[in-house]
Amino acid sequence: MIIAIPRETAEGEARVAATPDSVKRLLDLGFSIVLERGAGTKASFSDELYQQAGAEIRENITTCLTGADVVLKVQPPSDEELALIPSGATLITFLKPAQNAELLQKLAGKNINALAVESIPRISRAQKMDALSSMANIAGYRAVIEAAHNFGRFFTGQITAAGKIPPAKVLVIGAGVAGLSAIGTAKSMGAIVRAFDTRAEVREQVESMGAEFLTVQVEEEGSGSGGYAKEMSKEFIDAEMALFREQAKDVDIVITTALIPGKPAPKLWLADMVDSMAPGSVVVDLAAEMGGNCDYTEPHKKAERSDVTIIGYTNLPSRAATQSSRLYSTNLAHLLSELTPEKDGEIDLNFDDEVIRGATVVKSGEITWPPPAPKVSAQAKKPSKAIEEPKLKVEKEKKNKKSPLAIFTFWAVAAILLLWFGKVAPPDFVSHFTVFVLAIFVGWQVVWNVTHALHTPLMSVTNAISGIVVVGALLQLGATGSGLVTLLAFVGVLVASINIFGGFFVTYRMLKMFRR
Amino acid sequence: MNGMIAMAYLFSAVMFILSLGGLSSHETARRGNIYGMVGMAVAIIATIAGITTGAYWMVIIAMVAGAAIGLSLAKRVAMTQMPQMVALLHSFVGLAAVLIGWGGFLDPRINLHGAAHVVHSTEIYLGVFIGAITLTGSLVAFCKLQGVISGKPLMLPARHWLNLTAIVACIVLGVLFVPAEVNAATVLNLLLMTAIALLLGIHLVAAIGGADMPVVISMLNSYSGWAAAATGFMLGNDLLIVVGALVGSSGAILSYIMCRGMNRSFISVILGGFGSDGGEVSDEEVDGEVISIDQQELADDLKAADSIIIVPGFGMAVAHAQQAVSDLTDRLRSMGKTVRFGIHPVAGRLPGHMNVLLAEANVPYDIVLEMDEINPDFPDTDLALVIGANDTVNPDAVEKPGSPIAGMPVLEVWKARRVVVLKRSMASGYAGVANPLFYKENARMLFGDAKDSLQGVLGKVCD
Repeated sequence: MIIAIPRETAEGEARVAATPDSVKRLLDLGFSIVLERGAGTKASFSDELYQQAGAEIRENITTCLTGADVVLKVQPPSDEELALIPSGATLITFLKPAQNAELLQKLAGKNINALAVESIPRISRAQKMDALSSMANIAGYRAVIEAAHNFGRFFTGQITAAGKIPPAKVLVIGAGVAGLSAIGTAKSMGAIVRAFDTRAEVREQVESMGAEFLTVQVEEEGSGSGGYAKEMSKEFIDAEMALFREQAKDVDIVITTALIPGKPAPKLWLADMVDSMAPGSVVVDLAAEMGGNCDYTEPHKKAERSDVTIIGYTNLPSRAATQSSRLYSTNLAHLLSELTPEKDGEIDLNFDDEVIRGATVVKSGEITWPPPAPKVSAQAKKPSKAIEEPKLKVEKEKKNKKSPLAIFTFWAVAAILLLWFGKVAPPDFVSHFTVFVLAIFVGWQVVWNVTHALHTPLMSVTNAISGIVVVGALLQLGATGSGLVTLLAFVGVLVASINIFGGFFVTYRMLKMFRR
Repeated sequence: MNGMIAMAYLFSAVMFILSLGGLSSHETARRGNIYGMVGMAVAIIATIAGITTGAYWMVIIAMVAGAAIGLSLAKRVAMTQMPQMVALLHSFVGLAAVLIGWGGFLDPRINLHGAAHVVHSTEIYLGVFIGAITLTGSLVAFCKLQGVISGKPLMLPARHWLNLTAIVACIVLGVLFVPAEVNAATVLNLLLMTAIALLLGIHLVAAIGGADMPVVISMLNSYSGWAAAATGFMLGNDLLIVVGALVGSSGAILSYIMCRGMNRSFISVILGGFGSDGGEVSDEEVDGEVISIDQQELADDLKAADSIIIVPGFGMAVAHAQQAVSDLTDRLRSMGKTVRFGIHPVAGRLPGHMNVLLAEANVPYDIVLEMDEINPDFPDTDLALVIGANDTVNPDAVEKPGSPIAGMPVLEVWKARRVVVLKRSMASGYAGVANPLFYKENARMLFGDAKDSLQGVLGKVCD
């Protein structure tokens, strides 16, 4: 199959869907690659590098897309591009399926299969294909860089001969991938970093990045499905706003990253908060594309309100095009390797595969979006285990099952033997034998409950209680037997006593050592 | 009076069962030990009270002497020497069983006829036989563990035939012995059988190598129980029968657990010589190279890791490194790292040996986990530190069906992000199989004495 990679035509888009490295990976999967001339130029990958890697360069988009079986892109296709994609081909790109119902219709109408990379389910196995996370990581990094660029001061504090330089105070709202990346970047530049998130379980992650975790005292859990936050109650939001108002007077830089899937971004950094910030402060709104977390945000632009710079760029990953192209193309290469399990250059949209099912939004002219809910979220590992275990148990039981006839024969023979035994043995012996067999069963039950860690004390305590043979020796010693019997019994008492005292004492010593 | 003694014995038997039951958790274990002591005290007092003739002074001398020896042994024994200690105590039970058997045989008061005589003789015969095997088998195990004789399996030619001949001889002698009246010939008969059983015990255990000792010790534990039970039958004493059955089944269960831990059948362990009959170190080359690191690098790795799992093996006990391990663990835990231990069921020379060694070095028991508990956690672990373990961490057991150790459950340390193996040299383990773990990409080796290495690493971690 032929994979075509056209040059991105959207304004401000510098990324490309394949790099020379990823081209090599795709060739290994059995595909042939055609690339539009200059596709990688803005991301600093020259046509020569692609050619060396084994891609064929086509002069323009028309020749590039003609005969393509798979089209890799970054941005959703424009109408002109859509017209050029051959019917029956598979398109893999960011599609924003939630907002682009019309585009999905058009793709279905042209019988183009489409995989939206943002729809790849967020499960452990799919992490290597998770382009949203890759891009969010870069966006978080770039947000701090843009903030630093527009901020008139240092991030790190210093004492110089010319006076003290105060460190910048950065507040990151939303500790997802982008938020954590922003925290790490700001921290490594020397700023004082605080972070807020409605999900209490991210506290540890935030603190591990070196930021202070801010929280509000309202009992509510903010985890939604698939690792996203959900919308919160009114009391919670009131408390949150009070906290932000207080912080607004103190911090120099605010980076907001709060998104709720399928809904406009929540307004968190309100007009009055911006107004109360010190002149020269910077707000970077990573949710600008979804309407923005800040009242003043103008999507795609940089704005200036009450002497505060508000950055609403929506192409932050594209502003680090080399790195983001590398990560994105690697994500796509992983996705394609899932799609071609045979490595024969033929893709297979296998709907039994949870990842492929999730990513596919149009198949054979039908819209297959939204996908069924993900079966397992990243945190919910336990239930899946519980499902597997009984299955294993059942298999095990099957294995251990003997035929009923064998069981019956065994017990029938045992019963006959016991009856015969009862007939010939002296009655005294029969009663002792009963005790013996029952004691074996008791021992069996009791000892299986002993924890593995205490097997050594188990051995030493059984040593000690084996010393009970002393009773036998004592009886013989007490009887007026021959001198030889007395001597044997004497030695018997002696060695059995060694066992009793030695065994119990060493067990006591050992058990004393076990401490929590 | 007899009824009271019987009730006292019943009480003791219940105490012993509770004693073993107490070992089901660390919290109740000490109480369990006390139950055991109470049971024993009651049994002894009841027995002595029941002795009508006055031989009390002999009883006192024998018991005081025994107590003095036992307590001084128990007080001095180091935890690394517990396997020897346990083996030695087994041999005492065996010796006592032999002595009591002979005593019962020679006791002139007993005069039985018919079926009762046959049953009684059989009981004596079995008691002496099992007791004698336990006695010499345990002594050989003791000598091997103590290093008095080599731990290598003794490989006599036709050793299986030797064992078989000995057993057949004992059965033949038994058939002659059991129905016969007591006279000089039967004394000689029993004497001969005792000698054969003693030799058989020596040979059986001599043929088993050092790392199979956990099975051997558990097996001897079981034998000592059956010997006590046989003695109980001979004396018609239910308490001895109950205790013998408890100890016997306990040892059997331990043997079973140990065999399962090595994925070997009980028979193959008893027949001895694992990996030595033709199974020389496989010449197969393992791909990849061994990367060795120094103490500083390990210290840096430890500092960088958040979660660490330490997997100790018998090598830790040999190097007496448990205290160094414990100090390092304390240090790492005080640095806020998660440190846990993963224990393979057959690590060491005694079931549960590693747990005792770590407990002695003050490692809290709640961070010491069993193999099955910790195996799922390796993929989320930053660093697995293997100290003196080899076969129990061999990936071949899982990955290579043709390997001699295939199917043996192992600690899957190679799934951790990084594995560091502390080892003296590249020598292969007991099973004589090369360990591809050392060649894995994420594995590093730190050669040298485990104790010295760990102390060095501890110093560098503290810097």
